[in-house]
Amino acid sequence: MLQTALKRIAASVPSLVGVVIVTFLLTRVLPGDTASYFAGPAATPEAIAEIRQKLGLDQSLPVQFWNYIGDLVHGNFGLSLTTGQPVVNEIAARLPASAELTLAGLILALVIALPLGIVAALRQGSWVDHVCRVVATAGVSLPVFFTGLLFVYAFYFLLGWAPAPLGRLDVFASAPPTVTGFYLIDSLIARDFATFRATLAQLALPAITLAVFSLAPIARITRASMLAVLGSEFIRTARAAGLEPSTIVIRYALRNALLPIVTTLGMVFSFLLGANVLVEKVFAWPGIGSYAVEALIASDYAPVQGFVLAMAILYVFLNLCIDLLYGVIDPRVRIEA
Amino acid sequence: MDRRDFLKKTAATSAITSAGVAAPAVWSPSRADARSETLLVVSESGPNNLDIHGVGTNVPGYEVSWNCYDRLITHGMKTGANGLPYYDRDNIKPELAEDMKLGDMSATFKLRKDAVFHDGTPVTAKDVKWSLDRAVSVGGFPTFQMKAGSLEKPEQFVVVDDHTLRIDFVRKDRLTIPDLAVIVPCIVNSGLVKKHATEKDPWGLEYTKLNTAGSGAYKVTKWTPGTEVVMERHDKWVGGSMPKLKRVIWRMVPSPSNRRALLERGDADVSYDLPSKDFAELRNVASLKIVSTPYSNGIQYIGMNVKHPPFDDVRVRKAVAYALPYQKIMDAVLFGLGKPMYGRKPGAPTEVAWPQPHPYDTDIAKAKQLMAEAGHASGFDTTLSFDLGFAVVNEPLCVLVQESLAQIGIRATINKIPGANWRTELTKKTLPLYTNVFSGWLDYPEYFFFWCYDGQNSIFNTMSYQSPAMDKLIAAARASAAVGDKATYDASVKGFVDLAFEDIPRIPIFQPYANVAMQKNVDGYAYWFHRRLDYRSMSKA
Repeated sequence: MLQTALKRIAASVPSLVGVVIVTFLLTRVLPGDTASYFAGPAATPEAIAEIRQKLGLDQSLPVQFWNYIGDLVHGNFGLSLTTGQPVVNEIAARLPASAELTLAGLILALVIALPLGIVAALRQGSWVDHVCRVVATAGVSLPVFFTGLLFVYAFYFLLGWAPAPLGRLDVFASAPPTVTGFYLIDSLIARDFATFRATLAQLALPAITLAVFSLAPIARITRASMLAVLGSEFIRTARAAGLEPSTIVIRYALRNALLPIVTTLGMVFSFLLGANVLVEKVFAWPGIGSYAVEALIASDYAPVQGFVLAMAILYVFLNLCIDLLYGVIDPRVRIEA
Repeated sequence: MDRRDFLKKTAATSAITSAGVAAPAVWSPSRADARSETLLVVSESGPNNLDIHGVGTNVPGYEVSWNCYDRLITHGMKTGANGLPYYDRDNIKPELAEDMKLGDMSATFKLRKDAVFHDGTPVTAKDVKWSLDRAVSVGGFPTFQMKAGSLEKPEQFVVVDDHTLRIDFVRKDRLTIPDLAVIVPCIVNSGLVKKHATEKDPWGLEYTKLNTAGSGAYKVTKWTPGTEVVMERHDKWVGGSMPKLKRVIWRMVPSPSNRRALLERGDADVSYDLPSKDFAELRNVASLKIVSTPYSNGIQYIGMNVKHPPFDDVRVRKAVAYALPYQKIMDAVLFGLGKPMYGRKPGAPTEVAWPQPHPYDTDIAKAKQLMAEAGHASGFDTTLSFDLGFAVVNEPLCVLVQESLAQIGIRATINKIPGANWRTELTKKTLPLYTNVFSGWLDYPEYFFFWCYDGQNSIFNTMSYQSPAMDKLIAAARASAAVGDKATYDASVKGFVDLAFEDIPRIPIFQPYANVAMQKNVDGYAYWFHRRLDYRSMSKA
C-alpha cells in the first residue's frame, strides 16, 4: 500500500511542475496591467512606473520566473495586492472554509443521493425512479447562484428561518479557537455548543445549495451502476441461492457498484471545491473560490498562482486517496496494481 | 435569529412580517446596548491596506484611514442641498492642530497638547513632520496628491518646538491648505512605526498595512481581508466631540441582492454601492432612509479622441453632442439618481462653477446637419469603449448611445474593457470614443480643468485635447485664485467653461450620485469629498 502511494506521489511531480509553469505564463499573458490598476484612479505615469518597479514587474519574464521559483522553494507564495496579505496565510485561512462547506454539501448529497439511486435501480419505473430523474435533471439544470439566491429569498428574506447570509458566523458571534479550521469541529472541541449551533445555521443554506447541485451526478451514477451490477450473473446466483434481499443489495451489489460511485464522488468533490465560487459569492462565504476570482479580476498574479497550485496539490492528493480507496473496496485493483 | 426578533420589537424595523414567530427577546440589557452602539456596515469590497500611504491602497482603505487617523486640519459642516450635513469646502477647522496661523509664504500649526495615539503616547510635532515627510516621499498616489497642493519635499515641514510645526510654501497655491485636509496627510505614530521599520522599508509600510497607528477616533481591532473589518472607538480621542458608536463592524457581502435583503430585513445598518435600480426601489421601503448626494466635482462623460479623425473635427463632436440620448440615460440607466449636466436653457449665462450643464440636448436633425457639413453624411464606423468594472451603469448607457448614434450614421461597436485593463487603455489615449468618470477631491473648477483639459496632457485629459487659449485661461484662474483676484478669476473660469463647451472634446452627461441606504434609526450621515462614511458623526437611536 505504501509503495503504491509513493509511486503515485512520484508520478504527480511532473504534473505539478507543469502547473507551476503554465500558471506563471498564463497570468502574465492575461490582459490588464497590475501596476496601473493598483496605482489607483489618480496616478501619473511615473507613479505607475514606481509601483511596477516595487512589484518587480519591470523585470524580464525569465527573471520574474526565477524569482517566483526561488520564493516557492522557500514556501513563499507571494503577496496578494487586493487584500495585502501573504498568499499562504490567505489560502490557509480560506481553504478550511471552502472545505467545510464543500464537505457538508457533499455529505448531504451523499446521504440523499445514494439511497435514492439504489431504490431507483431496484424499483425501476416506480415513482422513486421518476423522483430520482426529476431531482437529477433539476439539480443539473438549475445554476447554483440561482438556487442560492432563491433559498436566501425564501428562507431568509420571506420566512426568516435562516440567519442572514453573512458568511460563516453571525456578526456578533466570535469564531472558536482554531484547531482544524472547521468551525463545526472546533466549536465541539471547545465545547461551545452555542457557536456550534450558530455555525450549523449559517452552513445550512449554502450546504443545501451545493447538495442540490451535486445530487444529480451521484444519484445517476449510483442508479446506473447498481442497474448494471443487479443484472449480472452473480446476483442472479445469489438470488437463486435464496440469500436475504438486503444482503444481496448491500453486501454484493452495492460493494461492486461502488467503484464508479467513488470515482464520481472524487470528481464532484474536486469540482465543487474550485467551482463553488458562486455559492461563496451569494453567501459572502470567505472561501478560496471567491478569493481566486477577485484576484483574477484585479490581475493580481500571486493569489491566482497560489490558488491554482494549491488546487493542483489537492487534486493530486484526492486522486491518491481515491486510488487507495479502490484497493480497499475491491481487492482485485490492489493485486493488479 | 433572536437578534432579529429583538430588532423587530425595539427598533420597529419590521417592514415585512415574516412567518418567524417573534419570541421574547432574550438578550441581556448589556448585549442590547452593544447592538445600539455598534454599526453594521455591509459593502461589496473591503480594504486591501489600512494605510493610505501604502502601495496601491484601494478606495475602501481610504475609509479606514479617514476614521482611524487624524489630520492637522479638517472641514466643518454645512447643510447640503438635500438638507443633510455636507462638508464645507471653505470652512477649515482644526483637528490635531488647535491653531493655524497663515503667513505669506508659510503656515504655522500649534498642536493640541492632550492628543494621544491609540497606544497612549502623546502626539508631537516630530510625529507630524515624520508623517508629512512620509507622504511626500513614499511615491505613488500619496505623493502625487500632496503635489497637487504644492507640498513636494520634506524640507517644507519644519519642527519649531514639541507642539509647533511650520509648513513653508514652495509657491503660492490656493490648494495647499485644502490639500492638508484630505485623507493623505494623516498623522502617524512615528515612534511605534519606526520600531517596525526595516532597511528595505524605512517608512514601516508593512506594519501600517496591517495595523492602524494613528490618533484617530477609531482603531482597527480585527481585520480579515475580504471578509470583515472591526473598529473600536479610541476613547481618548480629542480631535472632535466623542463619537457615539463604540464599535463598527464592516462586512463584505459581494452579492448586491443580499445586501439589499440584509437592509430590508433590518440586519444591516448601512450599505452603499448598490445598483441604481435597487436604490430607486428602496426609496419605497418605509423602514429605510436613502440619501443621494451628487459627487462633488465629478462628472460622467463621453470622451472623444481629438487627435485622430473623425473626432478631430469639431462639427463631428458637436453632432455627437446633439445625438446623445440624455433623457433616456437619466431615466433608464440611472432611474433618476443623477444630476443632469446637459440642456442648459438658451440664453442662460455661464456660471462661475463646475460642474454645470452644457447647452446641448438631443436634437437628431441638427446632429445630421452637422454630420453633413463635416462631410460625413453617410456616417462612419468607430468603437465605443467602457470600463467593465462599472458595467451596471456603463453597459446600458453605451447601448443607448450606440442606438442613438446609429440614427446619424455613426456605427459604433461596443468594446468592453475589464477593470484591470481600463486605466492602461485610457492612458494610451487611443480609444476614439468612450465613457468615463472623473471626480476630484478638491472641489475647485480650475483643479478639474487643470487635470482634464490642460495642454500638459495629463492622463485625465483622456481626449488629448490641447488648446493654447484653454491653457492660458486655466493658468490665469490658478494665478488669480492664489492672490484672491476675484474679477480675473471669475472671467477665467467662465472663459474656460465656455471654451470647453464650444470645442466639446468631452461631453458631460450627468453628475453621479453617492447613494447610501440606512436604517431609519441611523443618524448623522454626512457627505464628504471622499464619499466614504465618517463614523464619528454617526449614531443609532
